[in-house]
Order: sequence, then structure tokens, then C-alpha cells
Amino acid sequence: MVNIFKQINLLFFLCFASFTFAKEAEGSSNNLKEEIRAYIQHHLEDTHDFNLLSYTAEDGHKVHIGMPLPVILWDEGFQIFSSSKLHHGESVAQVGDRFYKLDHGTIYRTDAEGTITYDEEHHATNVAPLDFSITKNVFTLMLTALLMFFLFRGLARSYATNGMIAKGVGRFFEPIVLYIRDEIAIPNIGEKHYKQYMSYLLTLFFFIWFLNILGLTPLGINVTGNIAITFALALITFIITNVTAKKDYWLHIFWMPGVPKIMRLALAPIELLGVFIKPFSLMIRLYANISAGHIVLMSLIGLMFIFKNWFGSSLSFGLAFAISIIEVLVALLQAYIFTVLSALYFGFAVEEHEHEEAH
Amino acid sequence: MEKLISEFSFGLFFWQLFIFVGLVLLLKKYAWKPILDTVNARETSIKEALGAAADARKEMASLQEDNQRILKEARAEREALLKEARTTGAQLVEQAKADAQKEADRILTQAQAAIQTEKAAAIEDLKRQVAGFSLDIAEKVLMSELEDRNKQTALVEKLLKDVNLK
Repeated sequence: MVNIFKQINLLFFLCFASFTFAKEAEGSSNNLKEEIRAYIQHHLEDTHDFNLLSYTAEDGHKVHIGMPLPVILWDEGFQIFSSSKLHHGESVAQVGDRFYKLDHGTIYRTDAEGTITYDEEHHATNVAPLDFSITKNVFTLMLTALLMFFLFRGLARSYATNGMIAKGVGRFFEPIVLYIRDEIAIPNIGEKHYKQYMSYLLTLFFFIWFLNILGLTPLGINVTGNIAITFALALITFIITNVTAKKDYWLHIFWMPGVPKIMRLALAPIELLGVFIKPFSLMIRLYANISAGHIVLMSLIGLMFIFKNWFGSSLSFGLAFAISIIEVLVALLQAYIFTVLSALYFGFAVEEHEHEEAH
Repeated sequence: MEKLISEFSFGLFFWQLFIFVGLVLLLKKYAWKPILDTVNARETSIKEALGAAADARKEMASLQEDNQRILKEARAEREALLKEARTTGAQLVEQAKADAQKEADRILTQAQAAIQTEKAAAIEDLKRQVAGFSLDIAEKVLMSELEDRNKQTALVEKLLKDVNLK
């Protein structure tokens, strides 16, 4: 019981740190390091239930505190069941006449005993049905979307009721909205075309920022440090850039004006590659920054349990605290960078040149 | 890289696209458009208000100038009126003085004429009385003296010589 309290205290104490460790250090320090590594790895990944903390009870059996989320599988028809059936991969879930088991974050179709076979490279050979589950990340996405919707609709409504002046929390967000318009959209895209991109840029900025900040809370969420999320965002930027691009944009890629003809042939593949590299860099930058932040932060917290003395542990705590504060800035900065670069790419797409040979 | 690809969750990707695109569309309709419209309207109204204030200030300045000008004119007019009044007053006094002088002169002349007349009358009267007195005296003297005829004549002659009327 005392152990649990210690951990709960710690949980609230490190209010920016994102998780507590599964259990008190027992056994050799190598085991502990392995466990911390596994825990960090586990935290970075998405899960099928919303787990707040887990610990091993005194009778040696694992206790998870959190809530189950719905699992949705496409396995020749939708299979929908609660993730509590999977028991964090400890048991086999039976749905109708099918059996599923969770292994390292992936749900596989198994037999009644839950056998999973592996090939030489330790990849499971079982069939993994398409997984549309409302995972922890999807749940967080929905929550963030709801929060944003009510927040900004509230701002829009407060204008109507309060004579064009924002009220309440909107007073904080209104200057940010204006900043995105005046300092990001207009300078990068231009007065003439910026309006069509405003909805996307505003949503993008707040979405990434809120999710980054949520990732620093003790809820243990890592949404923007997931490659599927950053890929989706970069893909939308890519699509919008190319769909709204004007003739000049394509001309500059395939037949660069103002350079010798032979150079135009050489430049075309490079420019074309750039079209894909730009959103790709967006995807990797956000993913890498947020993941790295989480890894560093959790490693520092993990160090406390490795040192296990007042000096080392307080040092790691101090470091973890300092890094947390930096991470709050990184959360804002990465949202800003993603938005600015998206705006910049849109600006390239709609740029109009006065004269072809003027370069 | 291989790890990244193996970690890629299609389900999460699907939900992210679905939720995010939905959020962009919903927010566009219910939040961003009204917010940006309001902010634009507010900025326009602020600009207009500032312009109107500047206009009002300009108008105010021109009004003040007008007032100043009117005041100046009024003051000038007052000066002119005062000056005129002062001149008229002076003229009136002059006129009165001249009239008075003339009247005085006339009265004086009349008085002199009257005095002259009176004087002539008085002299006439005096002459008559003196003649009367002289006759009386002469009578009396003659009474007393004219016992002697010669004497009488001598005396008359002597007396007549002495009397010299002017």
C-alpha cells in the first residue's frame, strides 16, 4: 500500500512528466534498466486501453488502473469488442467464433489457446486484421478535437454576445489567432491568397500545440510523437500544396525559367524531389522532436530509480524538471514550425511571378 | 526506418485523417469563419472610427479658426464703433461750443446795442435836466444879478463861454 502511495505522490509531483514506472526497483540494476527501457518503448507506442498507471501488487500480480477502450477490427466484417477482453495481452479474447490476442501492441488472430508463431526475425506470422480501434491516441484525438471545437466555437459566440470583443478564455486565444493570420499566413502566402488556407493553418497550429502539451501531462499520451499522426498531417499539407498550386509553381519545377535549357533538364528531377521532401521533412521533424523529448524526459525520470540515493535522484529530478520546461517551449515551437513551413509551402504554390525571364 | 514502417498504424492514420479533416471543416464553419469575419469587421470599424475622429478633429480646428476669426472681426467692429462714437461726441461738443460762442456773441452784441441806446437816452435826459437846472440856476442868478442890465449881459456871456457841452 505504501508503495502505491509513493507512486501516486510521485505521479502528481512530476506534473509535467508523463508517467510513473511500473514497479519499484527490485532485483538487479540490469533488470531495472531493461525494464525502464521497455517502459519507455511501451510509452512511446499507442495502446488499446487508456492506462493511467500499472504496478505489481504484493501478491505478485499486475494491477492496471485506467479504462478500457473499444476495439474495432476488420476481419471479414467488423468485429467490435472492449479492450478489457484482451487483458493487456495476458489472455485471449473470444469474439463469436474467433480468437484474438494482443502482442506488442498488435492484435493477431489466434487459435483458442492464443498461440502466436514467430519467424526467424521474430516477426509474428499470425494474421493481423486491419485495426480501426479507438486506441488511446484516437481517444485523445477525439478529446482534443472536441475541446478545440467547443473552445473556438465559444470564442466565435462570445463575439456575437459581447459586442465583437472576446470573453473569457478566448481573450487568450484571440491574439494567437491574429498572430497566425498576421505573422504566419499573410507574410508567407501573401495578402491575396492567404484566406483560403486560414482554416487549415489555424486548426493545424492549435491541434499540434494542444496534443504536444497533452503529451507532457502525467496522462502518458504520445500522439504527436507517432509517425502515423505526423504522416497524416504532412500528407494533408502535401495535398493542399499541390491541389492549390498555380501554373507558375509547376513551371518552376519542370521548366525553370531563366536558366540554360540543359540546366532545366537537370533541375527538374531535383525540384520534383523537393516536392516530396518538403512534407517528408515536416513529418520527420515533428515526430523526432516530440519522441526525443519524451525519451529524454522519461530517461531522466528513470535515472531517479537507478540512482536510488538522495543526491543522484534529486539531480535527475532537477534535470527532468528543467527538461520539462524546455519541452513546454518545444511543444509550442514545433506547432509553430509546422504551421510556418506549411504556410511557406502554400506560399510557393500560389506565388505569381511578374516575368518569366526575370530570374 | 524499418521500425518506423513496422510501427505505422493504419487505423491511427485513418482516424487522424478523418478526425482532423472533420475538425478543419467544422471549425471553418463554426469558428474560424465567424472569428476572422468579426476580427476583420472590428479592424475595419476601428479604422473607420479613427478616420472619423481625425475628421472631427479637423472640423473642430476649422470651427475654432472660424470662431477666432469672428471674434476678431467683432472686436474690430467694436473698435470702429467706439472710434466713430468718440469722433461724433467730439464733433458734438465742438458744435455745441461753437453754437454757445455764437449765442454769447449775439447776446453780447445785443447788450452793447441796448447799452448804447440807454446811454444815448440817459445823455439826452441828462442834457435836458442839465438844461433845466441851468435855466433854473440861470433864472435865479439872473433874478439876483439882473438889476443891472450890463452886468446881466456880461454874466450871460461869461456863463455861456464857460458852458461847453460835449
